[in-house]
Amino acid sequence: MDARTETASESLASWPEEIFAILKRFDVRQVPYVPDAGHSQLIDRVLGEPSMRAVPLTTEEEGVALLVGAWAGGQRGVLLMQSSGVGNCVNMLSLTQIFRFPFLTLVTMRGEWGEFNPWQVPMGSATAGVFELSGIKVLRANHPEEVREVVEAAAGQAYNACTPTAVLLSQRLIGAKVFTK
Amino acid sequence: MSKANLLNRRSVVGSLLADRKEAIVVGGLGASTYDIAAAGDHDRNFYLWGAMGGAVMIGLGMALAQPDLPVVVITGDGEMLMGMGSLATVGLQKPGNLSIIVLDNEVYGETGGQASHTGANVDLVAVAQACGVTDAHALATLAEIEAFAASMQDISSGPRFASVKIDAANLERVLSSRDGQYTVTRIRGSLGFGPI
Repeated sequence: MDARTETASESLASWPEEIFAILKRFDVRQVPYVPDAGHSQLIDRVLGEPSMRAVPLTTEEEGVALLVGAWAGGQRGVLLMQSSGVGNCVNMLSLTQIFRFPFLTLVTMRGEWGEFNPWQVPMGSATAGVFELSGIKVLRANHPEEVREVVEAAAGQAYNACTPTAVLLSQRLIGAKVFTK
Repeated sequence: MSKANLLNRRSVVGSLLADRKEAIVVGGLGASTYDIAAAGDHDRNFYLWGAMGGAVMIGLGMALAQPDLPVVVITGDGEMLMGMGSLATVGLQKPGNLSIIVLDNEVYGETGGQASHTGANVDLVAVAQACGVTDAHALATLAEIEAFAASMQDISSGPRFASVKIDAANLERVLSSRDGQYTVTRIRGSLGFGPI
């Protein structure tokens, strides 16, 4: 929920564009999100795309329920959130087992790789474990050049096989937040 | 627990769904799902047996996916309190085809009748209005329920919200299917969507 200090390399990152192209190709129509700086470029692209509905949430668990309704109504979606939001979803993640619906979430990681803020570390450390305990497959991208391949695989198994899947976009990829006075 | 002049929940839901036409109906966890089942099983009924706080968001996902169909969420005060933020999310999206009805008995009936916040100082109609769901009203008579049921068919003038204070008596449970995959596959089938 916070803005990282923008650098030239962040403002022109190509991997969010690659994610957007994959979501479009898989006909993703509903994109619920709680903002994170790591997702800001992708969120802007979604907001500008007429075939997609961006749905800002008050808390991440709303997005899990929204995607069940979208699926029942014949649409695919993807949930965008930060690692701290995964903890907010826990009970609602049971829907992925109850409905076996095509659940895909893209999670920007905090609490790792040079984290300045200790408050991010506990949930960031537990993020993958929470998903795994909830029956959700976890894939991770650490470097810009592997994002396309990882998100492509995740979207394929989520949408083609109804295998609930989370992609963790590492803090190393996004860049550790810089806190300045 | 009965109070005079409060509506019977089964009468309210029966009236809401008597002429539902093509509507998709979502029931919240607890007695509201039994009420919807009691009004008659239907291919477009979405029964919740868990995921407390999720009913309005499930309805919103459906309403955005099927903008030409009425989508009706019928839930209880406890379930609505747990998902109160979802009213803010609905207020932002403003889906014209979404109607939300809270059956408010001011207690958690499923767990022994403990008092809920709505019996004290929480006014869910005011919450909905403050969240941007401006068509939000308290309904007190069956005539008002019938008028609201007719308005649910208007897919261009929502979202709308209604709270109905109901009698807190626990009624016989009418059990719907608890199989989520069956429920969703059935709804998708009725909309023309097949399995993967």
